[in-house]
Amino acid sequence: MTGKSSQTCIIIGASHAGVNFAFALRKEGWQGSILLFDKEATLPYHKPPLSKSYLNAEDHQKIDALYPLESYTTDDITLKLGISIASANAKDQTVTCQDGKEYHYDFLILATGARPIIPNIKGIDTVKNIFPMRSIVDAVAIRTALKKSISKKVAIIGGGYIGLETAASLKKLGATVTVLEREPRVLARVTAPEMSHFFEKLHHDNAVAIHCNKNVTQLAHHNKTNIISCNDGSIYEADIIVVGVGILVNTELAEQLGLELANGIKVDSTCKTSDESIYAIGDCTNHYSPHYNKNIRLESVQNAVDQAKIAAASICGHEKHYNTIPWFWSDQYDVKLQIVGLTTGYNQLVKRVETAKEKSVSFWYFKDDELLAVDAVNNAKAYILGGRFIQSKQQLNKEKIKDSSIAITPTSFL
Amino acid sequence: MAQITFISSDNKSTVVSGNSGNLMELALQNKIEGIEGNCGGVCSCATCHIYVQPEDWTKIGPPNEMESDMLEFDDKTTNYSRLSCQIQVTDAIDGIVVNVA
Repeated sequence: MTGKSSQTCIIIGASHAGVNFAFALRKEGWQGSILLFDKEATLPYHKPPLSKSYLNAEDHQKIDALYPLESYTTDDITLKLGISIASANAKDQTVTCQDGKEYHYDFLILATGARPIIPNIKGIDTVKNIFPMRSIVDAVAIRTALKKSISKKVAIIGGGYIGLETAASLKKLGATVTVLEREPRVLARVTAPEMSHFFEKLHHDNAVAIHCNKNVTQLAHHNKTNIISCNDGSIYEADIIVVGVGILVNTELAEQLGLELANGIKVDSTCKTSDESIYAIGDCTNHYSPHYNKNIRLESVQNAVDQAKIAAASICGHEKHYNTIPWFWSDQYDVKLQIVGLTTGYNQLVKRVETAKEKSVSFWYFKDDELLAVDAVNNAKAYILGGRFIQSKQQLNKEKIKDSSIAITPTSFL
Repeated sequence: MAQITFISSDNKSTVVSGNSGNLMELALQNKIEGIEGNCGGVCSCATCHIYVQPEDWTKIGPPNEMESDMLEFDDKTTNYSRLSCQIQVTDAIDGIVVNVA
């Protein structure tokens, strides 16, 4: 079944997942119409560069579109940008826009993503120039505010990847940056302490101040700047505050549709939800990972793009099952971090420092003898081979991994 | 303006032209089969692997260390492998022919 020409597929959310799905659906042979909705009015664009190259570009760089406008026309994908979906009804198979317009679907794709958490800090409504970092609107607002600021002081609440990338980018733009992290170390949720310390040192060496164990308890605007107070009595000043403390999955429509939820919208290995006509893809989903034997929710481009292709194939009757080892990346200063796998549940960490190469280090996460994940810093070889070893559950000699006199090859760690 | 010929894995030849951005983006815009560019062009996913024709190699040149590390252990890598996201589309590469890996 490849969709009769009278059928309609509606996609809600036009970022990496929704856009790639639309093109993949055409490629799989879908004959019907494709309507792609997003509340953002901008032609769909690459999100990862926002906190990286886009933010620190010398001149206002052009938006990095996922596809040029002509591609949507060629593939007969109807873009409905700048339109919010107010409600959805599974029984009637309809979605209703904010302006009251109603559309019928034969298949509905939820690519609704997530939104940044704005923490309920006392005084948060009173401060000026406070921004999350998730959309092009946020990135432009941060750049504009920095340009206008005389002190160029920026405080970043949250030392996760978004916070740290934003810190590095704004530092490059000439800002004085302070990162305030609630946990005892940065990246606490996703990495080993040794990796956290590597990144803390990297930022320190680049004159970005990182303060951990800082729970921000109050914000205030005073004398034309923002005052940030922490639980230990410390106080910081900043013209601009960037909040990067995590995300909330957008599940409101899924709830209205009566779909099964479990830390995201629950989907099977074909990305189908608990409703036969509704699929969900990307950051908003929770799926079972056969490799790790557990349910996971991922926030990544890889997951968005791969799930998009799986869902499109399945809808067109070319059923495929999702089972990819997740991968991620982060750019900070001159450091390229590549991550493959999931560290959750590791009980041993093997650190490898390349002596022949500057600032090149890799962290290998094991659960007993099984390699779960690799964090590779300026070390693409460790990243590529690590991914392969994880996939094949290759038994590895940890002592050999540690030994930097042994070159990384497909067989040298066996 | 540079004219570039892509040959996809099913031997389909497509001639495209461009004067900005990188080769991966140009391939995506023209829906060249087999080029995905999942990471958006930051040399992190190797889903835009191409082979340059030997006679065009001097126009393109070798990969940098990061890129060659990404390629080194790929079974499909040859002496003429490149990641197309790392190749800028300029007049200097006009007329080249590349095969999708």
